[in-house]
Amino acid sequence: MYRPLRQTAPVLATFAFLLFGVPVSADTTLYDDLGGKDGVTAITAVMIDNALADDRIKATFDDINIPRLKGLLYQQFCTLTGGPCQYKRRSMQETHAGLNLHESDFNALVEDLEAAMDARDIPWSTQVKLLAILAPMERDVVKQ
Amino acid sequence: MALMHFRRAISFLLLSMLALPAIAVAQETTDASGDEPERVHPLFDAGKLLATGGVSQVEGAGGGGLATWAVIGGYGTNDGVGVTVHETFIGLRSFDLNSAGIAVGLYDRVELSYAHQTFDTLDTGVALGLGRNFKFDEDVYGAKVRLFGQLVYDQSSWLPQTAVGVEYRSNDRPDILKAVGAQDANGVDFYAAATKLVLAESLLVSGAVRFTRANQFGILGFGSAAHSDYQPEFEGSVAYLFSKHFAVGAEYRTKPDNLGFSEQNAYDLFAAYFINKHASVTLAYVDLGTIATRRDQNGVFASLQLGI
Repeated sequence: MYRPLRQTAPVLATFAFLLFGVPVSADTTLYDDLGGKDGVTAITAVMIDNALADDRIKATFDDINIPRLKGLLYQQFCTLTGGPCQYKRRSMQETHAGLNLHESDFNALVEDLEAAMDARDIPWSTQVKLLAILAPMERDVVKQ
Repeated sequence: MALMHFRRAISFLLLSMLALPAIAVAQETTDASGDEPERVHPLFDAGKLLATGGVSQVEGAGGGGLATWAVIGGYGTNDGVGVTVHETFIGLRSFDLNSAGIAVGLYDRVELSYAHQTFDTLDTGVALGLGRNFKFDEDVYGAKVRLFGQLVYDQSSWLPQTAVGVEYRSNDRPDILKAVGAQDANGVDFYAAATKLVLAESLLVSGAVRFTRANQFGILGFGSAAHSDYQPEFEGSVAYLFSKHFAVGAEYRTKPDNLGFSEQNAYDLFAAYFINKHASVTLAYVDLGTIATRRDQNGVFASLQLGI
């Protein structure tokens, strides 16, 4: 019923390459890879600027102190990416309570973040490291 | 018979299209109240991240091209609906296979799909005693339900997105299929799929078990006198995302050999380009092995997906 190993070997080899052949980045923090203080500051600021120009979600930033938000986001991203910060603020559930955010709003902000990283020429392989850290927050942000 | 199936396919597509403006109107009317501009969530929210709906499987479901994934097709989130239509051409050494269809993803929970497949024997039809360009037509109706796990957001655990599904296939050549030894011209497949996106590594890994009696995806009917039972078959995919627009990978799919035609397992090596949330293209090298005694049925797989 099954093909002999001789025939499946090339396929298995391809699978193995895709699984294990992925290059591993050097021993720097993600904070460094994102450009350190300047880079992360710019990324968080541009992400918010993008969001404020994004028809899908700009209304959710009404009555928000934008400079303060940018500062807090820098602190949070800095902490999450191994930078020299210690973000200790209210939980994500608390800060998003009553906003009635949808999964699509979360993803819209993700796309605004991707655009901010693209503008800084952050390679995709680095972008996904940050996205993977942020992704589980969807549960804490949406429909609180 | 083929014409009847084709008409059914067209009417199904048209009906689906007709439903779209009606739903859009229903959405707008809910918006017409109140002075305070309440944020209205669009039904077709196109809210998933690019590429996370997968592409269109040859059976019409959202997934890889050949292998089944646990994704709900299209870009609707858990608050929305996504619709994808596809046209797939597979050109093999001795045969062609066309698949056109539609998948509707409902609230990232349920997916309903339909595909019409046409298997053209080309010149090989003469040698097989069927006649030049003799065609087998097959309709595939699918339903898939996501059980647990979320492809994108479950990045802090190893939990994959999982789904179960069912596919009903109906072939329009019962007499020929009986003559080649198939037991039935229609059949039902059941499957369970698990798909894991390891976002930090830009890697997607997927596996599925399909319980099936299908001979060559049902193109040569279902079961035989000697092998009439369901068999578990494996489907696996690995994909690497070079960017949010571009993925390259491999797929593997085992198949039963009920008819004694040395039916072999299928694999492909694919590249998928996601232009935006409304259009993607897939190109692949595909090898389906021996089909109806014709060996080395490899060739090109080209697919276009359009969606809202």
